[in-house]
Amino acid sequence: MIIQGRAVPIEGSDIDTDRMVPARFLKELTFERMGDYLFYDVRFEPNGEQKAHPLNHPQFQGASIMVVGANFGCGSSREHAAQAVKRAGFKAVVGISFSEIFSGNCQSIGVPVMTASPESLHAISRFIHDHPSASLVIDLQSMTLTYESGTTAISMPASRRDAFLSQSWDGLALLESNHAKTQALVDRLPYGPIQIRTTSS
Amino acid sequence: MSSGTLYDKVWEAHRVTTLPNGQDQLFVGLHLVHEVTSPQAFAALRELGKPVAYPQRTIATMDHIVPTASQSRPFPDPQAEAMAQALEKNTADFGIQFLNSPQSNQGIVHVVGPEMGLTQPGMTIACGDSHTSTHGALGALAFGIGSTEVHHVLQTQTLAANRLKVKRIVISGQLSRGVYPKDVILRIIQQLGVAAGLGYAYEYAGPVVEEMGIEGRLTLCNMSIEGGARIGYVNPDDVTLHYLKGRPFSPTGEAWDRAVLYWQAIRSDANATYDATVDVAGGEIEPMVTWGITPAQSVGVTQHLPLIAELPDTQQLVAKDAYGYMNFKEGSPILGTKIDVAFIGSCTNSRLSDLEIAASVLRHQRVHPSVRAMVVPGSHWVKAQAEAAGLHEVFLAAGAEWREPGCSMCLAMNPDRLVGNEVCASTSNRNFMGRQGSPTGRTLLMSPAMVAAAAITGRVVDCREYVS
Repeated sequence: MIIQGRAVPIEGSDIDTDRMVPARFLKELTFERMGDYLFYDVRFEPNGEQKAHPLNHPQFQGASIMVVGANFGCGSSREHAAQAVKRAGFKAVVGISFSEIFSGNCQSIGVPVMTASPESLHAISRFIHDHPSASLVIDLQSMTLTYESGTTAISMPASRRDAFLSQSWDGLALLESNHAKTQALVDRLPYGPIQIRTTSS
Repeated sequence: MSSGTLYDKVWEAHRVTTLPNGQDQLFVGLHLVHEVTSPQAFAALRELGKPVAYPQRTIATMDHIVPTASQSRPFPDPQAEAMAQALEKNTADFGIQFLNSPQSNQGIVHVVGPEMGLTQPGMTIACGDSHTSTHGALGALAFGIGSTEVHHVLQTQTLAANRLKVKRIVISGQLSRGVYPKDVILRIIQQLGVAAGLGYAYEYAGPVVEEMGIEGRLTLCNMSIEGGARIGYVNPDDVTLHYLKGRPFSPTGEAWDRAVLYWQAIRSDANATYDATVDVAGGEIEPMVTWGITPAQSVGVTQHLPLIAELPDTQQLVAKDAYGYMNFKEGSPILGTKIDVAFIGSCTNSRLSDLEIAASVLRHQRVHPSVRAMVVPGSHWVKAQAEAAGLHEVFLAAGAEWREPGCSMCLAMNPDRLVGNEVCASTSNRNFMGRQGSPTGRTLLMSPAMVAAAAITGRVVDCREYVS
């Protein structure tokens, strides 16, 4: 599996999912418009004027790979953040490290999230800054990221990589096919379902 | 790899099978649902024409968007009303119990679950909310999931999951007066960092945890996710059994006896092996206050804010962002920092014991005239118990608002929010940029006693001057 495209660097570590999609946008019942809200409050003034943010820079328009720092996507489990990344046109995210829930959410919706060493990430970020129109090539088979200045090793959990390589990142059908095993587990589980009752204090 | 821990045992008891890609298919014993992260999942079910596989293993309540001034319907915010109606329809159509009234104990999902006895040791618990780690206080493996996973759980009651490593955090010594579980977890996150828990479940242990009541343990486990750990838990003990006995959904009679045997069996073995162990000196912890934009950016109340140049390289950039956002000065004392709003509530600190502590500080005192103070109980039961004890009268007499239950100003999805660049002394769990509803609002996380003391003086003060 090859992902090729221009990239945008989002600098800084510990970027949380509140920053990625502020809570007020979670009042929508669907994910449809989440792409419009990506990094909203750090991209726009309250009056709608643009702030200096990589996603607003003309040279990064159309980028499809996001290059980020450490502990990206920390905080809230809101899938809205992963949905916003995908719906804003990103096909992959590469960073130093990711929160478990965010990377799981990306996996669930088919956006591979990969890590690389801090040194290589810094080098890639610098390169993108200097060459915003250059393309990066991510190869999940060889687990490499290639750009004009070189090739960098990237990594992701083997199970996740396998899911992408075999096009089975949407595991729902598989989970469902094991319903007999699931029922067998229920039968031996030491506790039962919630007892329906009328509750009162 | 860990072995013999509660994590290992409970994981194994819920492992349906190992999937071809190496992930485990994990059974979810209890699925908790709220209005914000579930409508997308129910919509997906409808699209596929599928039922909920085990409707009696899912239970719903409403917390994030609920107004706390009045809960009368329709809600004034049409988006909030639409979310409420969606959950009403979804739970009715799919046969799911919905705690949607004062009588059925609507409230914050992480307050309601434990206090009703829904949360029990040895369960796997999932919920579309990162603070699901809270439920680990009773010895459950509880973790937050996204909406696609909520859909998977509804349709199959299982998830594809990666096994975590287990880090044991041993909190030694004894907490000093005026120091609470909130301070302990803020100190742990400060010491270990916000990313130290990535890939780990945290097992909290040691004398401080053993001495801690369940409500304190809930606070501790609640913020595990703020340290990067998707799961935090405490081994069940006599304190756990005592807490659970007689709660509405707790087992009774012979079922109780059988449950206790299971709960005792899943405790981590004395010779369990861990992937890592960390010691935290409980006796040295003082009341903590965050000054920045991550929960690790905190200091003891008597300390000064750090100098960026003296921080490790990896923390400097975030510290610079934090100072820029908070408009605080490097090296200045946290004591005396002016506040505009005091918020007591959230899944971290809205239980009866939290309100009792806050009330003990506010009794015979007045909220500073420049401060807006708000007390939001975690559930209708908490509210009723607090009112039975007269706590609401203490808050009202002090000039604080006494509200209806909900998540409220923790994340400001309802009308409760900061305005402009107000500074909020808050018992909640996140001080992220814009978290409390204003894109320039500022949050100082602290314990209920610290927030109550700050409400009186309008500034950050040492709560130890106010607690006996």
